[in-house]
Amino acid sequence: MAVNKESNGYTFGFAIAMVVVVGTILSLLAIGLKPMREANNIQKKQLEILSAFIDLDNAGISRKNVKDKFQEFVNLEEAVVLNYKGEVIDGVYDVKGNIVPGSAFDVDIQQEYKDKKRAGEHKNYPLFIATQNGKKLYVIPVVGKGLWGPIWGNICLSDDMNTIEGASFGHKGETPGLGAEITQKFFVNRWIGEKISDESGEFTKFEIVKDGSGNAAEKKVDGITGGTITSKGVEEMANRCLAVYAAYFQNLKNSAK
Amino acid sequence: MSEVVKTKAPSEPLFSKKNRKLITDPLTDNNPVTIQVLGICSALAITVQVMQGVVMGLSVIFVTIMGNLVISMLRNMIPSKIRIIVQLVVVAALVIIVDQVLAAFLPDLSAKLSVFVGLIITNCIIMGRLEAFAMANKPWPSVMDGLGNGLGYAGLLVLVAFFRELFGSGSLFGYPVLGSPIPTEDSPLGTGLFALGYANNNMMVLPPMALIIVGVIIWVQRARNKELQETH
Repeated sequence: MAVNKESNGYTFGFAIAMVVVVGTILSLLAIGLKPMREANNIQKKQLEILSAFIDLDNAGISRKNVKDKFQEFVNLEEAVVLNYKGEVIDGVYDVKGNIVPGSAFDVDIQQEYKDKKRAGEHKNYPLFIATQNGKKLYVIPVVGKGLWGPIWGNICLSDDMNTIEGASFGHKGETPGLGAEITQKFFVNRWIGEKISDESGEFTKFEIVKDGSGNAAEKKVDGITGGTITSKGVEEMANRCLAVYAAYFQNLKNSAK
Repeated sequence: MSEVVKTKAPSEPLFSKKNRKLITDPLTDNNPVTIQVLGICSALAITVQVMQGVVMGLSVIFVTIMGNLVISMLRNMIPSKIRIIVQLVVVAALVIIVDQVLAAFLPDLSAKLSVFVGLIITNCIIMGRLEAFAMANKPWPSVMDGLGNGLGYAGLLVLVAFFRELFGSGSLFGYPVLGSPIPTEDSPLGTGLFALGYANNNMMVLPPMALIIVGVIIWVQRARNKELQETH
């Protein structure tokens, strides 16, 4: 029996059958691969937190063994979530600002940063506490925007809760060779040794400079030639996020006195 | 009712001269990028590193082969009124499969390729081969044609990426063949060639340079092959 392929009925039938078949295949694939994607995201987050104070390449930490290594260094029980004033909250804010149960590790600050529905005072500020060679380290995740898209990082403070011990930065699509260099060691190293608060405990702002004076001067960090906007983005990101944590550490020190 | 006489053409060997030509032509004298000037967009965007070029090339090869195969098998069933839509749906489905598989198994590379895997859908090479070849040919030659054009595209990507990564970052596949430009305490200029004062060409990592490299490749190719030169 010959089918009239030009008839409307055939055309509709073909289109419907095609959509159903394609839709089924794709949704099965998406469901099948979902556990792997979630595992990848967790691994990535763990790697980023660890990279704030460990050289991952030298320590041989990769996606394969990050799960064990993360547990070795970071105790998630100690991690806390702060609000924008630097006060510890019991749980996490949801989009509407209600405090709901949740853990610091599950807070997605990148999502919260770009979420326009979330008010500034309902952003969560997770703080991770790690132990390396018996020394307590405080890992602060930060997020901001560069020239082309989001940038993020993890800044690690030493056990004095003030000196930057290490850091790592990431970006989505900064210009390779220019802004993208923020992930490189030479740029990260410029942050090490800087202090987030002055002697009185007040947070003071960092400044990215172009004249090469950052090496010597306190609170000044050399930017990247040709990556001015990305460097400024890192500056804004560090200042906005670290201010919150500086307040928390200040309170912590005062209450200890 | 008229009697239908089925005549069967003598079957061709799988790798006959004609089929082999389907693979080799797009690699040289009918390259989809340098001769037909298709798929330029992604050739500019993701050729900063060789590894990206390789994965992108493999993804496109997969999509051209599978797309040609599926469309060729369906070619007698597809209603002509919606044939472009059908082609698009098949390509889109294949691209989503590639994207999802990359995200699951090569998450770091997938993040680097970002939107460009998704944008394979808009790669003119694919739609062009579906419409021009797979709609009118049997599955096996269509697979050959898809493989040939995918390889032609992938080969060019890798070639462009080779120059851009070598001169732009001094490395190949992420391995620093020319040394490292990152200053250390022992060598303030970096290691390898960089210690001698060599510097990376920052232009190379920006997309316009890919266009210039593609232009040079087209120039060389046409200079070598008189048949490709236009006479007007």
